[in-house]
Amino acid sequence: MTPADPVPQTDPAARPTGAPAPAGRLRAGTRPPAVLLVPAAVAAAFALLPLGYLVVRSLERGPAFARDVILDERTAQLLGRSLALAAVVVAACLLLGISLAWLTVRTDLPGARAWSVLVTLPLAVPSYVAAFAWLSAFPGIEGFTGAAVALTLVSFPYVYLPVTAALRGTDPAQEEVSRSLGHGPLGTFRRVTLPQLRPAATGGAVLVALYVLSDFGAVSLMRYDTFTRGIYTSYRASFDRTPAAALSVVLVVMTIALVAAEARTRGRAGHARTGTGTARPAVPAQLGPWRAAALAWCAAVTAVAVLTPLATLGYWLAVGNSATWDPGRLLDTAGTTLGVAAGGAALTTLLALPVGVIAARHRGRTAALLEQSAYAGHALPGITVALSLVFFAVRYAEPVYQELPLLVCAYAVLFLPVAVAGTRAAVLQSPPVLEDVARSLGRSPLRVLREVTVPLAAPGVAAGAALTFVVCMKELPATLLLRPTGMDTLATRLWTETGTGSFAAAAPYAAALILLAAIPSYLLGRHRT
Amino acid sequence: MTDLQITGLTKAYGPGAPVLDGLGLTVPAGSLTAVLGPSGCGKTTLLRIIAGFLRADAGTVALGDRTLSGPGLHLKPERRRIGIVPQEGALFPHLSVARNVAFGLTGPGRTARRRRTEEMLDLVGLAGYGDRMPHELSGGQQQRIALARALAPEPALVLLDEPFNALDSALRTGVRADVRAALRATGATALLVTHDQQEALSTADLVAVVRGGRVAQCDTPHEVYRRPADPWVAAFVGDAVLVPGTADRGAADTVLGRIPLMDPPGVLRQGMVLLRPEQLRLTAADAAGASGTVTSVRFYGPDAVVTVEVDGIDRAVRVRVPGSTSARPGERTGIAATGEATLHAASV
Repeated sequence: MTPADPVPQTDPAARPTGAPAPAGRLRAGTRPPAVLLVPAAVAAAFALLPLGYLVVRSLERGPAFARDVILDERTAQLLGRSLALAAVVVAACLLLGISLAWLTVRTDLPGARAWSVLVTLPLAVPSYVAAFAWLSAFPGIEGFTGAAVALTLVSFPYVYLPVTAALRGTDPAQEEVSRSLGHGPLGTFRRVTLPQLRPAATGGAVLVALYVLSDFGAVSLMRYDTFTRGIYTSYRASFDRTPAAALSVVLVVMTIALVAAEARTRGRAGHARTGTGTARPAVPAQLGPWRAAALAWCAAVTAVAVLTPLATLGYWLAVGNSATWDPGRLLDTAGTTLGVAAGGAALTTLLALPVGVIAARHRGRTAALLEQSAYAGHALPGITVALSLVFFAVRYAEPVYQELPLLVCAYAVLFLPVAVAGTRAAVLQSPPVLEDVARSLGRSPLRVLREVTVPLAAPGVAAGAALTFVVCMKELPATLLLRPTGMDTLATRLWTETGTGSFAAAAPYAAALILLAAIPSYLLGRHRT
Repeated sequence: MTDLQITGLTKAYGPGAPVLDGLGLTVPAGSLTAVLGPSGCGKTTLLRIIAGFLRADAGTVALGDRTLSGPGLHLKPERRRIGIVPQEGALFPHLSVARNVAFGLTGPGRTARRRRTEEMLDLVGLAGYGDRMPHELSGGQQQRIALARALAPEPALVLLDEPFNALDSALRTGVRADVRAALRATGATALLVTHDQQEALSTADLVAVVRGGRVAQCDTPHEVYRRPADPWVAAFVGDAVLVPGTADRGAADTVLGRIPLMDPPGVLRQGMVLLRPEQLRLTAADAAGASGTVTSVRFYGPDAVVTVEVDGIDRAVRVRVPGSTSARPGERTGIAATGEATLHAASV
């Protein structure tokens, strides 16, 4: 998926994963019924299609040609630039995330609760909106610096959230024991606290790296050539699309490696937290004379990450006039965006339903395989999914090439993980014994699904659909490549206007995007509380 | 008739000891049979196989002349006509009480279904509750609705999976009696799974004590308690006192005196004589017969349990005395046995 569309959630453990659920809720020894198995297999095949076809397409002109592309000097350059950007952003995110987490959880920082909300707000800002804000305020920032700043400021909550959770979960008694054994506060932090945070921080860092490697919006607007931008340029510049496919395969290999690494750290992070179940919160550390410095640090991060984009946006909205933008066109674009996002959310939710039910209710090789396949989109950058679908449509489905159905399909591949995770969580809410009772009262598996499972899971599934709707609305690279000629969404329009330096014309689209995305997020927040 | 007949039922989850190990059990039509056993003895697995949610590795399950599970045969749960009452009721939270009860009613017209629903609500003493939602009911009411829901389609068998567990003890006795009465009224055959000895003994017509995936004993509550198959069963269904003894012509000679045996062995035999604490009583310290030293006194209200170290044997015995007692730890006391006992092999 494009992690450029972060899911606004406060519990990092609730991220889409194939993590095993408590055994009591699963049915050992039962195979999923055909009414679930067949549609779930269709969804899984659908999710894997782009990956498979990308490999096929990149080898089309022989392995030698693909090797030449991959070993080309330019590829090495792109790789170096992508990795350098990822390294800098990850380091900056670790610094921001860990320091803010410790300040807001473990110290007597004034207004800790408010700060902890403020510093997670950047999660809701798409990377290209951040890029727009920085670029329009400081045009000279273009290039590596700009890309690094924009990406850091939208992705550091990926480190902040898990580290916060880990800090809350560790047993303060361990730190007290360390102090009683003669280690000072700094020594205790280094020897006891930090090692316990390592799994959470590593997991967050891997997510940030995944975000950076997959990002297209910020790097393209900042004109910094990474893999994603290289793929886009290569695709646009030549009729021979095999090089773009080969580059995509390299990128996907990197992102899959990161996803695998992330899954491993998550397993260990969970392990590190078990057994520390403590009822007693830690005694907050006294900041004393450092209080002013700590406050200044939090205020500076908030100002740079939250206030600057908002202020810039406000400025461009204020200077804009009828010469710079056309309200009718904005309305049109907003309508189109809502339409395609609704289509994407509907298809994604439909495909996710059988997979989510199986993931929640069944165990075994088939069930695990289906669930993991559906999560393929999690490792696929939007640009690679789009390219693959372009290739596929040009070859086998010409009538839908550059038509809406193909775009909606791309959304479904990219965001299936979001919807599957939502469905799985929703189904887990109700005990499986209800389905057993329904079977014993004479209902077939299909009717149990229709009369018991789905009605009970409906609120959760709807919440998942709303979340999918938001991420579809914010999607940029796949929309750029697959949209019908002449069609624009808020995201593509914002991207185009920013790319030509028409910031006043871009601003209303950024504002509309943030507002429209905020409505479902707000409703979701209310639904959860 | 719809007897439930289970033979040779075996089920293992992965390698290691099987959960069910050739279990056999017959539940007579119209009876309420309790499956009693400690946690992990395979009760729940047995229930899920009977209901059709799990496949057995071997063995058969038959209801009357219908085979439900057997070699190469597995009838789907929805075709078995077996009602279940799970722990905590598990009412469908999105349906009203009436629609919960009517859930299994298919086929005939709407009025017939409504009549049957009202009949069932009436049966469990909750007439007029049809429009409520499950969360508006108390735990005991939910449990009774769960029973009504299971009974509504007139199942051939009802399975109750520790249905009274979630209720607090004051409520439990009442709900248990109501469920018993409702089952009686419909004449349904029922299997009650529980780990609560008192519940099994006081509610069921037959008690099947399960240990290690097999039925250790299946008999009436009275017989299971009075004439346990072995000391383990004896200790599981109640408090047991074991003293060494030698059987001779219908009675056993023990340190507590000569005690009549229910099932005298043919030849003279050494073994452990099994008594219940209420079969023992305290006598004056200087009375004829056995004597010992009181080591502890526990008062329970209606009765008290006095532990006595009896002279001549190396184990303490518990004596249940009605009401309160004047015995104090450290005092000497006489001790005597009444009633009949069973004799078991000494090796246990």
